Amino acid sequence: MTKKWKISNLYLILVFVILYAPIVYLSIYSFNSADNMTNFESFTWDWYKEVFQDGRLLIIVLNTLVIALLSAAISTILGVIGAIGIHAVRRKRVETSLLTLNSILIVSPDVIIGASFLIFFTILGIKLGFTSVLLSHIAFSVPIVVIMVLPKLQEMSPTLVDAARDLGASRLDVLTKVILPYITPGIFAGFFTALTYSLDDFAVTFFVTGNGFTTLSVEIYSLARQGISMKINALSTLIFLFTLALVLGYYFLNKRRAERPLVRPEVS
Amino acid sequence: MHKRNWYLIPYSLWIALFVIAPIVLIVYYSLLGLDGEFTLANYENFFTSTYLTMTLSSFWYAFLITLFSLLIGYPTAYLLTRTKHKQLWLLLIILPTWINLLLKTYAFIGLFSTYGFANQVLEAIGIGRKQILFTDFSFVFVSVYIFIPFMILPIFNALEKLNPSLVDASRDLGASNWTTFRRVIFPLTLDGVKSGAQLVFIPALSLFMITRLIAGNRVITLGTAIEQHFLVTQDWGMGATIAVFLIIAMAIIMALTSTKRKKGVTS
Repeated sequence: MTKKWKISNLYLILVFVILYAPIVYLSIYSFNSADNMTNFESFTWDWYKEVFQDGRLLIIVLNTLVIALLSAAISTILGVIGAIGIHAVRRKRVETSLLTLNSILIVSPDVIIGASFLIFFTILGIKLGFTSVLLSHIAFSVPIVVIMVLPKLQEMSPTLVDAARDLGASRLDVLTKVILPYITPGIFAGFFTALTYSLDDFAVTFFVTGNGFTTLSVEIYSLARQGISMKINALSTLIFLFTLALVLGYYFLNKRRAERPLVRPEVS
Repeated sequence: MHKRNWYLIPYSLWIALFVIAPIVLIVYYSLLGLDGEFTLANYENFFTSTYLTMTLSSFWYAFLITLFSLLIGYPTAYLLTRTKHKQLWLLLIILPTWINLLLKTYAFIGLFSTYGFANQVLEAIGIGRKQILFTDFSFVFVSVYIFIPFMILPIFNALEKLNPSLVDASRDLGASNWTTFRRVIFPLTLDGVKSGAQLVFIPALSLFMITRLIAGNRVITLGTAIEQHFLVTQDWGMGATIAVFLIIAMAIIMALTSTKRKKGVTS
C-alpha cells in the first residue's frame, strides 16, 4: 500500500515539475551573463537593466496594460448589462438562443476571431491599430463576463427585487442598491477574467494590429522568431512574476471575501 | 409585464456587430476570388489534394495532442482528487494557464535547442544529441504541455462529483481495480473527458503560433493555413474558405462532445 502511494505521488510530482520547469528554466537564464539558454556563465542583472532602458519596450508594456484595463472595464459594463438583459428574458427559447450566440466567441478558435475581425474592420474602414485591438479585446471579453455574472443573477431571489419595489424603490435604486451589490463577486470575477484574457491574447491581436501598434505578446512573438535573447527571458520573468502576483492577489482577495459574512447592501 | 427590456439593446448590438457580422463576412469572403468576383473556385480549390491532405494532417495532430493530453491528464486528475490539499494543488495546475502562451512556447525553444537542456540530458544518459526542435515530436509535446490543464480541470470536476460509494460498492461486489475503473469510474466521468477533449481538440486544430515557433514550417494546421492566407499571401478568399471549414469542424466536434442535455434527463 505504501509503495503504491509513493508511485502515485511520484507521478504527480513529475507532472508538476514538467509543468513548471520551462518557466523556471527561462527565469534562471535571465540572469546569465552569456546571451544563450545553454551555458550559465555568471550572474548578472544586465538583461533587466536593458529591459528597463528600452523605451520602445516600455511603451509596448504601457500599451498592453492600457488595452487590458480599458477593454476589461468596458466589457465588464457591457457584459453586466447583457447578463441583466438575458436574465430578464421570459421566453425560454429567446434565452437559449441568446446564450448560444453568447458562447460563439468563447468557443471560436482565436484564428477565426482574428481573421473575421480583420475583414470586419477593413470593411468598416477602421484603421488597424489601437482602436481595432481595443474593440476586438472588448468583443471577445464580453461573453465571458456574461457567463460569470449570470449565475449570480440566477441565484438571487426575485423576492429581493419585489420587496425593494414594494418599498417604493425606483428602478434605478433597485439596480444600484439591490442587484449590483448582490452580483458584485460575479462582476469582479468577470473583470479579472477579462483582464487576463486581454493580457494573454496573442492570435487575435496579431491579426488586427497594424504596423504601428504592438502589444507584448505580439512583440515577444516577433522577437522569438528572430531567435533567443536573454532580454526576452528577463522580460518573461517580469511578466511571470506580475501574473503570479495578480492571480495570487485575486485568489486571496476572493478567499477573504468568501469568509466575510454577507454584508447587507442597505447597511452601507 | 409590458415594460421593454432596455438592457438587451446594447447587448444585442454587440451580438449583431461582433458575433453575427464577422461570421457572415467570413462566408461572404469565402465566395470571392482574388479579383473580387463571386466564385466557387475557393471551394473547388479546398477539395484538391493539397488542402485535403493539410486538413487531414491537422486533424491527425489535433487527435494526437488530445489523446496524449487525456493519457497524462486523466491519471493526474484522479491522483489530484486523492491529495490532502486538493484546492491548492488544483490552483497550482491552473496557474500556468494564466502565464502568457508565448512565454511558455519561447522557453521550449531554449529547452529543445541543439545545446539545450533536453539535449544535455540525452547526452548525459548516453543517447547522444538529437534534433528536437522543428520536429513533429516537439510540436506535439509543447502543445500537450500547453493544453493539459484544460484537460485536467473538467476531468477533476467530474471525478469530484462522482459518488464514492459507487466505487466502494463495485469493490465490495468483487470487481478488480481495473474493472472498477473501466465499468464505473470512467463511464461516470465521461462527460468530463468529453468537455476536456473539446477544450483541447478545437484549439489544437487552429494553432499557428506554436507551429511557427516550435515546428518550423513542418506542421501546417488549419490555423497556420488561415494565418498564411490572411497575413502573408493576402488571399483572403481562400483563407476565409478554410475558416468556414474550421467552423464546420468546430460545430461537429461540439455536437459530438456535448452531453449536457442528455445528462439532465438521466440524473
